[in-house]
Amino acid sequence: MSAETSTHAHHVDTHAHGHDHHDHDHHHEPGFIRKYIFSEDHKTISKQFLITGIFWAIVGGLLSVLFRIQLGYPDADLTWMKPFLGKWISEEGQIVPEFYNALITMHGTILVFFVLTAGLSGTFSNFLIPLMIGARDMASGFLNMLSYWFFFLAGVIMFISFFLATGPASGGWTAYPPLNALHDASQGGVLGVDFWLVSMAVFIVSSLLGSLNYITTIINLRTKGMKMFRMPLPIWAFLLTAVIGVLSFPVLLSAAILLLFDRNLGTSFYLDAINLAGEPLANAGGSPILYQHLFWFLGHPEVYIIILPAMGMVSEILSVHSRKPIFGYTAMIYSLLAITVLSFIVWAHHMFMTGMNPFIGSIFVIFTLIIAVPSAIKVFNWLTTLWRGNIRLNPPMLFAIGFVSLFISGGLTGIFLGNSSIDIRLHDTYFVVAHFHLVMGVAAFFGMFAGVYHWFPKMFGRYMNQTLGYIHFWGTIAAAYLIFFPMHWEIALPRRYYTHSGFEAFSGFEQLNMFISTMAIISFALQLLFVFNFFYSIFFGRKVREMNPYGATTLEWTTPIRPGHGNWEGDIPEVHRWPYDYSKHGRDFIPQTEPLTQYEIEHGEHGDEHDSDIIKSEEHKG
Amino acid sequence: MEAAVSTTNAKELWSGGDSPFKVSYGKIMMWYFLISDTFTFAGLLISYGAIRSSQPKHDETNPLSWPDPNHVFNAGPGFHHAPLVFVTFMTFTLILSSVTMVRAVQEGHYMNRAGVLKWMALTILGGLVFVLSQAWEWTHLIHEGMTPSSNPFGAYSFGALFFLITGFHGFHVSVGVLLNSWAFIQTYRGVFDRRGHYEMIEKLGLYWHFVDLVWVYVFLAFYLF
Repeated sequence: MSAETSTHAHHVDTHAHGHDHHDHDHHHEPGFIRKYIFSEDHKTISKQFLITGIFWAIVGGLLSVLFRIQLGYPDADLTWMKPFLGKWISEEGQIVPEFYNALITMHGTILVFFVLTAGLSGTFSNFLIPLMIGARDMASGFLNMLSYWFFFLAGVIMFISFFLATGPASGGWTAYPPLNALHDASQGGVLGVDFWLVSMAVFIVSSLLGSLNYITTIINLRTKGMKMFRMPLPIWAFLLTAVIGVLSFPVLLSAAILLLFDRNLGTSFYLDAINLAGEPLANAGGSPILYQHLFWFLGHPEVYIIILPAMGMVSEILSVHSRKPIFGYTAMIYSLLAITVLSFIVWAHHMFMTGMNPFIGSIFVIFTLIIAVPSAIKVFNWLTTLWRGNIRLNPPMLFAIGFVSLFISGGLTGIFLGNSSIDIRLHDTYFVVAHFHLVMGVAAFFGMFAGVYHWFPKMFGRYMNQTLGYIHFWGTIAAAYLIFFPMHWEIALPRRYYTHSGFEAFSGFEQLNMFISTMAIISFALQLLFVFNFFYSIFFGRKVREMNPYGATTLEWTTPIRPGHGNWEGDIPEVHRWPYDYSKHGRDFIPQTEPLTQYEIEHGEHGDEHDSDIIKSEEHKG
Repeated sequence: MEAAVSTTNAKELWSGGDSPFKVSYGKIMMWYFLISDTFTFAGLLISYGAIRSSQPKHDETNPLSWPDPNHVFNAGPGFHHAPLVFVTFMTFTLILSSVTMVRAVQEGHYMNRAGVLKWMALTILGGLVFVLSQAWEWTHLIHEGMTPSSNPFGAYSFGALFFLITGFHGFHVSVGVLLNSWAFIQTYRGVFDRRGHYEMIEKLGLYWHFVDLVWVYVFLAFYLF
């Protein structure tokens, strides 16, 4: 009976799809609202994610500029900001401590979730999955649209919290209890944390809807011949990112629900024996460490949700612009898989200092350090892909190489931090801040920039300005290193402090902090250059005149220059080979759609092209 | 020979142009959603385990020890001093509604609209009876003084965890009842007949069985241990 059911369902599925497109061919052009606002087309949704992500990146970046002013120029007179920020600037023209806490909290939240999760994964998974695997759209356009609008709603809730009289959440982007479980423990805790939690819950729904779609689309809708091991590496990265999201975000949901209960219904899941302002509270029986376990069960996989899409896109871009096959295609896939699995069993390395059993700590140390293996495999493969390549140093390629550089620089300090004994010294210092900003903050941004520059012609049918791209790249990589490299020397400075002045132990860092803050402001200004380039080029950029401007092998370049709904006019192309046949048999590139020649052996089947030459000569003899 | 044929097929299944599991996208999505939801419930139940293990075990002399479920849940509408009888009825109803769901899915395969309507109606009824029973039990316990922040039977956390986890489960059942009712109306209007298949009933069936399965764990955690 089950066989009957399944074939039946399958028949239905293909039928439904054929029907869908049949409908579209005959329908008149959708109206403005259906086309640009409540669109179900994956390309439009992707652009919605991207532009919303850019908005949030500007907000998040601006917040960091404000708190860097406080850290680098604590005596600066900011009275001129009073018209915009009101009571968050004191009478003396200083940033108020509560506001500083809110700034760092919202900076982290916005960049981690809204920019580098939704803005990165939402943009490129949506844009590239159907185009690269040869599908007309996502499996469910409707749920895809909902995914964006839930993200939008989460953003609206978070944005409103900025305008609360008591300010937005200010207890750190991790929202640890007990600080964040009590209404009266901080100003941001009065109402801001409730907004934060509700916004996060809505965001989790958005992420879930998106991820379910990405996974299902990749499993079900690959075009004929698109085997799993013929998929371009970004698709593998998006698939595994989505799997991580589906398994880790729900645990954050549980954590958030428990925290909401503690805050508003008088429960004590995370609270035990607490005094607030000298008065003992009634709460008993909970544990704040429980929250940390639940939070980091998402929180650590989250950093791979951020970095895997960047890794995938960088692999693709390095190969295309080196005119060489990616080195170690299969190893790249297995290392992605290894990172995915390991990402779930290392969360407690964020909690070495909670008083956990050192034996448990040592287990998490081992798993954490093992992640260095697949990460190193990837780095070596990127470098060997570049090796003796015919490199085009255009902006996407520069950002891809910059990604590799930043990932190495930031990754090395991860080995220090992964050791529980060294972590005693490094915990909660600026060394940690420098580490994770390089390895998952700036690196992921570079992956995103590489992706935007590379696929902009496919998205908008125009090129971005190259000169501005070069200025953007060189300025940003210089600023990023000038910010975060010296920051490693601030190993004696605790993070999250409003001010370091007045402490004997922290003296001597004023100049360094001033330098870092200056670089941060310059870096922010350079990003505005990118934003200008992006929006200017959408309308006035140089037009794309050829279907495949990079000479790339993948399917997105077989669509029309401005693909309409359904992506391909006529039939979806079939795939006959892996996506990295560059500089093979004396040809610059061979598209995935081109069948293997009679004597050609596919990559990974029975060896390399050398073998096929032997077979060829033997065939001639025969 | 046959084995060889089936392995080639297995390989070809993943070669694109086709669903490798021969399953529609909606069902795959439902499965992945259920895996995801499992993690949400697991997060809550693991929190239950962590908090419970930090509390004193049941002890008649310690008013803050973990309460005895036979003592807490010993009433039903119109009767007292009957430990776990009412929850047994609730559990039985929910499991029975899973059985009727299976029959609804089966009638869907036969494209028998009347059959689907009949068994869906019974499933919806079972779900409703469960949710209403839970509402009665909550009201009763709140009258006895058990709330998320207080618990006359023992450890405070018991009440908090009980209302949180049974509430989250009850929310799932309520959503299921709403979805099933929607599907009932669609069936009645002949939407699935015109579509040529009753896969929607199957997808809702997956969800319904999942909610049932989760109840088994919730039941174990609060009523049996």
